[in-house]
Amino acid sequence: MSEARQPLLRVEDLRVHFPIRGGWRGGRVATVKAVDGITLEVGAGETVALVGESGCGKSTAGNAILGLVKATSGRIFFDGTDILAQKPDRQQALRRDMQVIFQDPVSALNPKLTVGRCIAEPLTIAGYDRKEKERRVDELLELVGLLPVHKNRYPNEMSGGQRQRVVIARALALSPKLIVCDEPVSALDVSIRSQIINLLMRLQEELGLSYLFIAHDLSVVRHIADRVIVIYLGTIAEEGPTDAVFEHPTHPYTEALLAAIPLPDPRSQRVKPPFALEGDPPSPANPPKGCPFLTRCPIHMEDCATIRPVLADTGWNTKAACLVRFKAAYG
Amino acid sequence: MSVSVDTIVPARRRRQSFTGITGVLPFVAIFVIFVLFAIFAPWIAPQDPNTQNLFGRLKPPGTTARNVFYLLGTDNLGRDLLSRLIYGARISLSVAVLSVCLSGITGTVLGMAAGLARGWTEIVIMRLVEIVLSVPAVLLAIIMVAVLGPGFTNVVLVLALTRWPRYARVAFGQALSVANMPYVRLARFMGAGTFRILFVHILPNIVGAITVVATLEFGLMVLFEASLSFLGLGVQPPTPSWGAMLSTGRAYVATAWWIAAFPGACLFFLVLSVNLIGDFLRDRLDPKSR
Amino acid sequence: MRDVNNGDRPILAIDKLSTAIGGNAVVDGVSLTVGAGEVVALVGESGCGKSLTALSVMGLLPAAARVSAGRILLLGEDLLGYSEKEMLAVRGKSVSMVFQEPVASLDPLMRVGEQVAESLIVHGEASKSGARERAVEMLSRVGIPDARTRARQYPAELSGGMCQRVMIACALIARPKLLIADEPTTALDVTIQAQILTLMKTLRQEIDTAILLITHDMGVVADIADRVCVMYAGRIVETGCVDAIFERPSHPYTRLLLSTIPKLNGVRKTRLRSIEGSVPDISDWPEGCRFRSRCPLAQDDCGQVPPDFPVDGDANHTAACWHMDRLGEMA
Repeated sequence: MSEARQPLLRVEDLRVHFPIRGGWRGGRVATVKAVDGITLEVGAGETVALVGESGCGKSTAGNAILGLVKATSGRIFFDGTDILAQKPDRQQALRRDMQVIFQDPVSALNPKLTVGRCIAEPLTIAGYDRKEKERRVDELLELVGLLPVHKNRYPNEMSGGQRQRVVIARALALSPKLIVCDEPVSALDVSIRSQIINLLMRLQEELGLSYLFIAHDLSVVRHIADRVIVIYLGTIAEEGPTDAVFEHPTHPYTEALLAAIPLPDPRSQRVKPPFALEGDPPSPANPPKGCPFLTRCPIHMEDCATIRPVLADTGWNTKAACLVRFKAAYG
Repeated sequence: MSVSVDTIVPARRRRQSFTGITGVLPFVAIFVIFVLFAIFAPWIAPQDPNTQNLFGRLKPPGTTARNVFYLLGTDNLGRDLLSRLIYGARISLSVAVLSVCLSGITGTVLGMAAGLARGWTEIVIMRLVEIVLSVPAVLLAIIMVAVLGPGFTNVVLVLALTRWPRYARVAFGQALSVANMPYVRLARFMGAGTFRILFVHILPNIVGAITVVATLEFGLMVLFEASLSFLGLGVQPPTPSWGAMLSTGRAYVATAWWIAAFPGACLFFLVLSVNLIGDFLRDRLDPKSR
Repeated sequence: MRDVNNGDRPILAIDKLSTAIGGNAVVDGVSLTVGAGEVVALVGESGCGKSLTALSVMGLLPAAARVSAGRILLLGEDLLGYSEKEMLAVRGKSVSMVFQEPVASLDPLMRVGEQVAESLIVHGEASKSGARERAVEMLSRVGIPDARTRARQYPAELSGGMCQRVMIACALIARPKLLIADEPTTALDVTIQAQILTLMKTLRQEIDTAILLITHDMGVVADIADRVCVMYAGRIVETGCVDAIFERPSHPYTRLLLSTIPKLNGVRKTRLRSIEGSVPDISDWPEGCRFRSRCPLAQDDCGQVPPDFPVDGDANHTAACWHMDRLGEMA
């Protein structure tokens, strides 16, 4: 992670708000602040993980970066260019170096196209001729560990792991620099997950890819990510290098997340203190005024209801947004 | 470079079940016979369908008059009923095929466009669909024929214009759900144009449902053509059409039952076989039953 | 940790159960017992037949499936001989079930309090008003705050975690002897999962219910199970108490499965162990040992079905593998 060079992706204060329409006139009755001020960087060859519970806005943030949903405000610099400031067709061209892998490999592939045509699709759209396409598809199949005979199969003739390999091959077709991986292994069987994780790590090494890795499974995240960003209710609760975040969690939410993972080891699971976090995350349409974590926080104090915490250095090379932990800093 | 072992596991067998096909086979046979009649009418028909034999009028089935054997009898102008039925299959089937194709293509394209584009396109197209569907189809057809005038081309046009909303509705609903599939969103993300999304990603995935509608509509089209001809608004005499023959036969029902009975039976068997084939196809093609 | 089969009769004994769908034995000769108050986890990947085993016990098989052999003894009574009417009396009273999708498993048009009370009313255990009172009490016991108000709400007004609590309340109100929980936390977020697991651990002691837990998550198994049955391709390949399974996994499948999971204390970014290939399709399950096609220890004699060999002379820990002595080769 060379700090000197500019990062491949830099997102500044990204916000994505959705109106909720209701009433008989269909007017706006509320706003869901799915993403409410996220700033992040992904360097070349780096893996940055966005973690959090469902509905916390991590997938929406990924979709906004990809342009699949419209950002309400904020700036997205990709390779030094502010994407959102460009005209739509220019945005499209810039985003060619960005690809996405979705969670469910079944619905990510058109069931009526052969695997070969699925993988070739980005090449077709980019105007490659038949010869080039064929060569590139063969290359890609080999790269993701599939055989040339798979070209003529249909997605429903393949297993879940193979389909995810096809999805990855297609994402790699135009040699992107960044891949947004939205829960790439959670829909897969346990015995297949590690195959795909290994594949993603190998591809990163061979091709120098950057990953924005959106996941809820912390053990996978810990294994693959260089840096972790913990998201709660559309805002960043804590961020930093993976080791530091996992070893010295500062935000009570990060602590809770780590405590919640059931370890695949009965002895240490038995001595673990009982899980303390209560309740559910509040609706992003109606978040608490002060700290978003207020309603579930085991250690909150009076000021938390009124002051919204900002990210501050923890001393572990990480940043966390918590009033209680930084009493001194807030005076 | 690791090639995973799962690559050597044989491909999953595609689901194959032919339950029920034996039940449909006789009806497929009936349908095929009608199609063959229609295609090879000039070679199969024993007589010219329009040659009148005024000495052999209203002859019952199985009579011979002036050295001509009339298997199914003759009509009020002494024309061979069998030959007219065989040529009539031509009219019925070609009107049905053409109107189904025309309305199917129009409706599917419009429905898909509405489902993909949403917004104003959707509002305009789908409102039009509602409007056309809320006018009784036969009434609409009669009014349009009255304006355009009768004749083969106009009948096809009229049927296409009254029936496309059926396809549009199905195509719209299906396109809506397919358009929300991640693979369509991904294709759009990769920069695929509207044309590519419509015809590579959406159409192949909804064509099954459209085919089911088309087969069910096909039977209806045969009946519609017959109705229009019965009312004198369809294909004009002397061109043989089952509907027109029924209409003629109506006047002679008491004295010469065969004139109305045979075209009626033909309509019945053709429409029944088409509908049963349609039902069978629905079981096989409808994505919901998969 | 309870002692298994300490003389008294098990709550549930499944004996060589086979359940077939269209001629394929998806569950093929599965035997397991659940003792009083015990938590037994049935672990396996999708399609291994674990859910079908559970549904066979409940008599809730899908139309195409039927039990082709074996016995299911609940408190010594063979459920397979029961008529549908007799099963109705068993379901909800002696055995009840919690499903994966809490929201889909509740009737959207019925107040949650009534749904919880339903099983008491159906089994004639309480009057309407009495049942309602007990439902409210049960709801507060499963940790639903302000239970009296919540009881009057509809499932759509509750969060996913709350709905799963309601499901558990429904299942446990009649104090069944056995609770079958089919992936009860898979659809939930980690923090909610931790809450539900804690709740299940508490309630099983309070109500003294045995639990048959169906899951694919080894972390959940380590957290809550006393005993584990590992299933692969329709058969149980290893069974034993939870510590033994995690510390001395003796079937190559169990051992590989455990080693594919990234550990929270493992070395990051390393290549993960993986099981090559994917679970074979039911139509081409191999002869003999079904893990043969993916097993690193496989030899010719694996064409014979291995019996359950005791591991280290421990009759309660068995594994169905001919080559346990060569496990060391897998490293």
